Amino acid sequence: MPLSIAVVIPAYNEEASIASVIDEIQRLTLTTNYRIQAVVINDNSTDRTAEILAKLPCVAIHLPTNLGIGGAVQTGLMFAKKYNYDFAIQVDGDGQHPAEKIIELIHFSQKQQYDVVIGSRYLLGKGFQSTRLRRFGIRYFSWIHKLITGQKITDSTSGFRLLNKKAILAISEIYPDEYPEPEALIIYYKLKLRVGELPVEMRSRQGGKSSISTFASVYYLLKVTLAVIFTSCRKIA
Amino acid sequence: MEKIQIIAVIVSLLFLTYIGYLIIKGKLREEYAIIWIICTGILLIFSVWRKGLDFFANLLGVVAPPNIVFTAAIFAILIYLLHLSVVVSKLQSKTKILAQEIALLKQELDTLKKDSNSKK
Repeated sequence: MPLSIAVVIPAYNEEASIASVIDEIQRLTLTTNYRIQAVVINDNSTDRTAEILAKLPCVAIHLPTNLGIGGAVQTGLMFAKKYNYDFAIQVDGDGQHPAEKIIELIHFSQKQQYDVVIGSRYLLGKGFQSTRLRRFGIRYFSWIHKLITGQKITDSTSGFRLLNKKAILAISEIYPDEYPEPEALIIYYKLKLRVGELPVEMRSRQGGKSSISTFASVYYLLKVTLAVIFTSCRKIA
Repeated sequence: MEKIQIIAVIVSLLFLTYIGYLIIKGKLREEYAIIWIICTGILLIFSVWRKGLDFFANLLGVVAPPNIVFTAAIFAILIYLLHLSVVVSKLQSKTKILAQEIALLKQELDTLKKDSNSKK
């Protein structure tokens, strides 16, 4: 039996980039050991994303209301759970994440027995490094994460993440809302899932807008700090 | 009865009637109406019982009786607002689950339709 991989792509108004993201996944050369399926979660986009998706070779899940990135990714994980996928990998719809790294992430996870593998921009410091303000924010989240868990995660906000089946089953029902990445890391820690990082070169976005504007970044910082602290206090079954 | 008392009683009664109307029309659920009915009840009592405020001020050792009204009212409002935030949060997580389930079902339905079309 080949291992099945669901590539979970949350997409909100990504008409400019979604086709090339899917295309990149389609062009991956896979051995017969793997079966890959792109799963796009259209988060109630107001542009032509839905129209474009209809013509693309992917599973398209259309959310009836806008749930934000967390709710969209969670829907993808629910899909992966429903159809019993072996791996789910989250890839942004804006083309920042290099699809050719997917197999590498899976090998890394299998070899090192990691349940979750994060593609990190900062392990090697190559490729797109984001703006200064954001780098500061990410360093701050890494610091909080280390304070709470003792783990060192260099890129705690990276949305390029692989989950194996164990991780999918454990988190699909409790995946956090809104800005979920740093919070999810705390949940993985509390669930005793093994988390590893692999260096990845990212690109700057090819289209669309970031889900976090500069104005909202202060709110983001506060919200995530609170969420991380409270999640670490919460009992997670 | 003083003029202000009569006005207060009338306003309270009008408020009570409006709450009743909202419940009958199905615009307000009973569980949320309870607190409003209780509040109106308290308002009514104090509109009729003029000495009541002084009585409680004396009992609690408050110098200026109206301060009790403000303190109690603000406190009650804050608690109720908090309660409403809890209700909204709960609703939000419920609608999220609904949206996700609908989206997944729609996707499943679409594939089923496509499959049956291609078999025809």
